[in-house]
Amino acid sequence: MSRLPAAGGAHLVVLRNVWVHKGGTPWTMALFSVYEPILYLLAMGVGVGALVGRVPGVDVPYAAFIAPALLATAMMNSALEETTQTVYGKLAFDRYYHSLLVTPVTIRGMVAGELLWAVLRALVTGVGFLVVIVAFGLARSPLVILAVPAGLLTAFAFGAAGLAAAAYARGWHSFQYVQLVMLPMFLFATTFYPVTVYTGWVRVLVEALPLYHAIELSRGLALGEVGPGLLLNAAYLLAFGGVMLAVAQARWTTLMAR
Amino acid sequence: MALIEAQGLEKRYPGTDVKAVAGIGFQVERGEAFGFLGPNGAGKSSTMRMLACVSRPSGGTLRILDRDPVSHGRELRARLGVVPQDDALDLQLTVRENLIVYGLYFGLSLTHMRAKSAELLEFAQLAEKAGERVEHLSGGMRRRLTIARSLVNDPDILLLDEPTTGLDPQARHILWDRLFRLKSAGVTLILTTHYMDEAEQLCDRLVIMDKGLIADEGTPRELIERHVTREVLELRFPPGEQEAAGEKLGGDVEVLPDRLLCYADDGDAVLGRVTELGLHPLTALVRRATLEDVFLRLTGRSLTD
Repeated sequence: MSRLPAAGGAHLVVLRNVWVHKGGTPWTMALFSVYEPILYLLAMGVGVGALVGRVPGVDVPYAAFIAPALLATAMMNSALEETTQTVYGKLAFDRYYHSLLVTPVTIRGMVAGELLWAVLRALVTGVGFLVVIVAFGLARSPLVILAVPAGLLTAFAFGAAGLAAAAYARGWHSFQYVQLVMLPMFLFATTFYPVTVYTGWVRVLVEALPLYHAIELSRGLALGEVGPGLLLNAAYLLAFGGVMLAVAQARWTTLMAR
Repeated sequence: MALIEAQGLEKRYPGTDVKAVAGIGFQVERGEAFGFLGPNGAGKSSTMRMLACVSRPSGGTLRILDRDPVSHGRELRARLGVVPQDDALDLQLTVRENLIVYGLYFGLSLTHMRAKSAELLEFAQLAEKAGERVEHLSGGMRRRLTIARSLVNDPDILLLDEPTTGLDPQARHILWDRLFRLKSAGVTLILTTHYMDEAEQLCDRLVIMDKGLIADEGTPRELIERHVTREVLELRFPPGEQEAAGEKLGGDVEVLPDRLLCYADDGDAVLGRVTELGLHPLTALVRRATLEDVFLRLTGRSLTD
């Protein structure tokens, strides 16, 4: 006889997603996910990098400066992809979660499962891009390997935000608003230059962005500049993700009661 | 000990004052096929969602398998099978995978589910479609797969919400046959429907719901005996003449938008009187009273929603 699945069945939601993705190996998944950041690394890191030379203040080649930021954003994007449109389709059209509602899987289990899956998906991307960084000779410190677990924290934070967004979406067009936030955040949250470029209230604004903290954490570890500040960055991501997760849980519970 | 006991059960949705279910009481015994009949909006689906332990009752008491569905929801859901109105199958999985993966959600092992899925595919007459994607199945096949899926955990109670709505006649008959088999095997069935023939075919006992309340309860035969006569004479007149003919004929007559129903123990005698009165119906038919007549009597005037 069966026992009730543990953790609200979260692992079973992950298992189902792995099952659906069984056509693609982790390597092909990683290849697709690192394609875009590699293009940025080549265009910006190598191309613009030739003009910039070494980044003032940090004293590393430009490509090595942006590589950890691209790692963080790539992992962020992987987690967001899995939790926004994909989840929305299953929620609004396939009514997949409604079919789970009558099983012992709980709503918490569904949300936790999708988040765990998004983090795992980001892990594949992270490992893939770490290989790229090492292959390009951009690793400045052995601590660069810790940029991947740091990216898991980023994936957690943005994955949780994605699950909340999917539950608030009123249609596919709603995700244009996600793009509206994500693109400027990617461009201005210190991906391509240090935060010292900004002054005054703009700097305060940028420092309030979750991606800024994700990049600080990733860059600090990758360049081997470890300090207590990194703990603050990690705490910010953890808190942001925690709040988003609570928002997502509450919204999903309301949605599923309809 | 009844499997399900409800008393004064109510459901009110947040933000509205309207009670979708306005205080109903019923019992379902083991091995029974129990039906909820009623027009759209009568509160059938709301009741089913409470029975499936996914919707909290707003009032009254509900006991399922001698447990409270709110505090023991998860445990109870593990022992129920649910066939929702929209199949909600996993479109990204094949027919067999739908059964296997769904079984895992109940905490069943992969080994167990491999064997169980073969057995269920056989039962649902889908063995040949095992490897196909769900999107390629017809409506009837999808519904059979949904029923097979609801059986992965050998449920104590099977809940079916309008199991044959939207299916063609052949598909309906295949489905009824499968449900008969389950019933014969001792599975307790609870279903909602607005098809009277379905209720007569499948239900041992049923309640007729209207506006969130139970209008009456009994076996199909009991309900027919209680509310209508042995026979019914159906008369059709040209549009506009219906009302006048009804008044002229008198007696136990129900005037519907499209026809007159005359309730009588001897339909032919009434037909004789129709001719004597000089009425000329377009068509006349004497038939046995059915559950549909009961349904129209109890909920007829609210059908024009």
